[in-house]
Amino acid sequence: MIAYLVRRLWQMALTLFLILTVTFLLVQAQPGDYASFYALNPDLPPDVREQIKATFGLDRPLWQQYLIHMRNALTGDFGVSFGHFPRPVLDVLAERLPRTIVLFVSATAASFYIGFLLGKAIAWRRGGILEYAATISGATLFTMFTPAFALMMIWIFAFRLGWFPVGKFLDPLVWRDTEVAANTVFSLMLITAAVFTTFALWIAFTIGRTQRAGVRRLAAPVVLAGALVVPIVWAMSGIGFLALDILRHMVLPIATLTLISFAGTMLLTRNSMLETIREDYVTAARAKGLPDKQVRDRHAARNALLPVVTSLVYSLIFAIDGSVIVESIFSWPGTGMTLLEAVRSEDLPLVMGAIVFIGLMSLLAHLIVDMLYAFLDPRIRYR
Amino acid sequence: MNMPPPQKPKAFGAAPDPTPFEMGRGRFQLLRARARLALRGFRSGLSVFLESRIGLLSLLTIGAFAVMAISHPILMATIWDADTYDPVTGYATDTTEQPAPPSWRHPLGTDPLGRDVLSQLLSSTGSEFILGITAALVTVTIATSVGAIAAYYGGIVDAFLMRLADLIIALPGISLLIVLSALFELNLFYLALIIGVLGGFGGTAIVLKSQALSIKVKPYIEAARVAGGSQTRIIFVHIVPNLLPLSLLYMMFTVTSAIFAEAVLSFLGLLDLRMSWGIMIHTANAGGYLLSGTRYWWLMVPAGASITLLCSAFYLAGRALDEVVNPRLSRRRD
Repeated sequence: MIAYLVRRLWQMALTLFLILTVTFLLVQAQPGDYASFYALNPDLPPDVREQIKATFGLDRPLWQQYLIHMRNALTGDFGVSFGHFPRPVLDVLAERLPRTIVLFVSATAASFYIGFLLGKAIAWRRGGILEYAATISGATLFTMFTPAFALMMIWIFAFRLGWFPVGKFLDPLVWRDTEVAANTVFSLMLITAAVFTTFALWIAFTIGRTQRAGVRRLAAPVVLAGALVVPIVWAMSGIGFLALDILRHMVLPIATLTLISFAGTMLLTRNSMLETIREDYVTAARAKGLPDKQVRDRHAARNALLPVVTSLVYSLIFAIDGSVIVESIFSWPGTGMTLLEAVRSEDLPLVMGAIVFIGLMSLLAHLIVDMLYAFLDPRIRYR
Repeated sequence: MNMPPPQKPKAFGAAPDPTPFEMGRGRFQLLRARARLALRGFRSGLSVFLESRIGLLSLLTIGAFAVMAISHPILMATIWDADTYDPVTGYATDTTEQPAPPSWRHPLGTDPLGRDVLSQLLSSTGSEFILGITAALVTVTIATSVGAIAAYYGGIVDAFLMRLADLIIALPGISLLIVLSALFELNLFYLALIIGVLGGFGGTAIVLKSQALSIKVKPYIEAARVAGGSQTRIIFVHIVPNLLPLSLLYMMFTVTSAIFAEAVLSFLGLLDLRMSWGIMIHTANAGGYLLSGTRYWWLMVPAGASITLLCSAFYLAGRALDEVVNPRLSRRRD
């Protein structure tokens, strides 16, 4: 496992190096360059112009500029944003990255879970009305024009029904009299979510896997009790209503992203299930007289999961792209919206920083999926 | 030095050398047999394809859009005058307020700038097809070559091409296109080219390579090699044609992603195009008409539905085609 991880990390470093090289080449290939954006200003005295050129390294040969670019990128120095002057690019992105990650991770997890459940069900009862309904609605949502769908969601749930806010990250009226920064609350929420997930997984893998049925039955109530503790602690902390405000803003973007991306997993699970169902061990399980549900969930679905996890990479990329679109429509201030804003205002350092961050995020997601796959399928580890 | 090649001794009872005329006929017969085989394969494939109602439905949808694409120039030449109905510069002088609701003269109403929505919709259909098909052709050309070459040569060529494909898969395409649109002026042709190249060196190449690997070990490849076929000939005459059914499938998926990418980028206002479905929604959204709900539905629904319908038609046609070209799936039908 460790050797596999090291090999994958090494490949990842190589890929990151390629991404950085490509971004450098793109900036070089575009007409003009972004430092002359300032240096060509006729009001500047010549010595200031020289100084600017020296700061950006423009007076040096190309290969030296490339080395400087690589060094800066590796030390996290993407320069200063034009649009958010004088904040450094890294600072802007570090503030916004967690928001994108939350959006992306929760939507991916939800869509994977829903897709797997539905795919399992429609493969088990082939040709039913559920199969047609799920395939057509899933494919429609999958191929539906995402901005139009997101706007439709806003119109129905935020505008007509008024259940959720129209967009943005928080409601200024709620936050007017508070001293706490939004990012502090958000980080606390993230920590809570991480701690709770770890707790639930730990319970599932220790108590849930023991041999004694009596102890095993305790797992679900324990997790449920933990789930009850979380809101109580937040309610007593005094900033619970702020967290609730952020949560209310999160629901609609996550639901939209989930709905547009669950179909991929669903259709794949269906195909993979249809192949597993024909295996001998499924017939054997049926012949033993096991309940239908148990054959489906324990024997067929578990083995059908593997190819679905492999192709999770594709749906991850789809979700990252989807989150750029969803963020821009819901004005959710994450990396995707930052990228778009930067592109519109020609804030090139921020554009480059954002695309490197998005690339890094997809690489990390890729790595996690690969590790998950190696964990599920022992054959991969020793290849 | 110029020795004539030694005459091969004839085996006893072997047929006499064919005359040029007979050789021509033989080749003709071979071609005819091949054509007949191809036709039979096509027919049985078509019946499998049409058996799934989804495949038939998606094919009909694509056909309807093709008719729409053709009808625009005809309508412009006959009953629509350019001053009123031009998709970009036209102005409907017959209505007083400017996003005008549907009427007899303007079946889908007009947009905030007084242009006929139906005309815009029809005129964009053609360019969507051009975009999708160009991107798909580029993808398939690159992906079949890359897949066949990687599978045939193996070793370092294979490793390089497959790592490249891994890299491209790991890149989020829309985000990359957004960045490219910041740096360069993207028009329809460049967009098709970029999407095609990314698809061709990316995921499609990996799938086609694994298919090519299974073709490479077939006896007829060995036979071709023994018969002295050059490497180029084996790759392009024996391997590539057998990859074509599968690459046709991926053409469908590329068309979907190309149309989708164009619509998203146009919607965000990042492309250098005259008119497209994405731009129609962009115009309506920039004017703030979309969040007024159903009141100005004709600004949103026709274009949005067209994008969704055409994308899902190509996607579902691809999935129906999958049942035909993918032997693992086709055997499963009970």
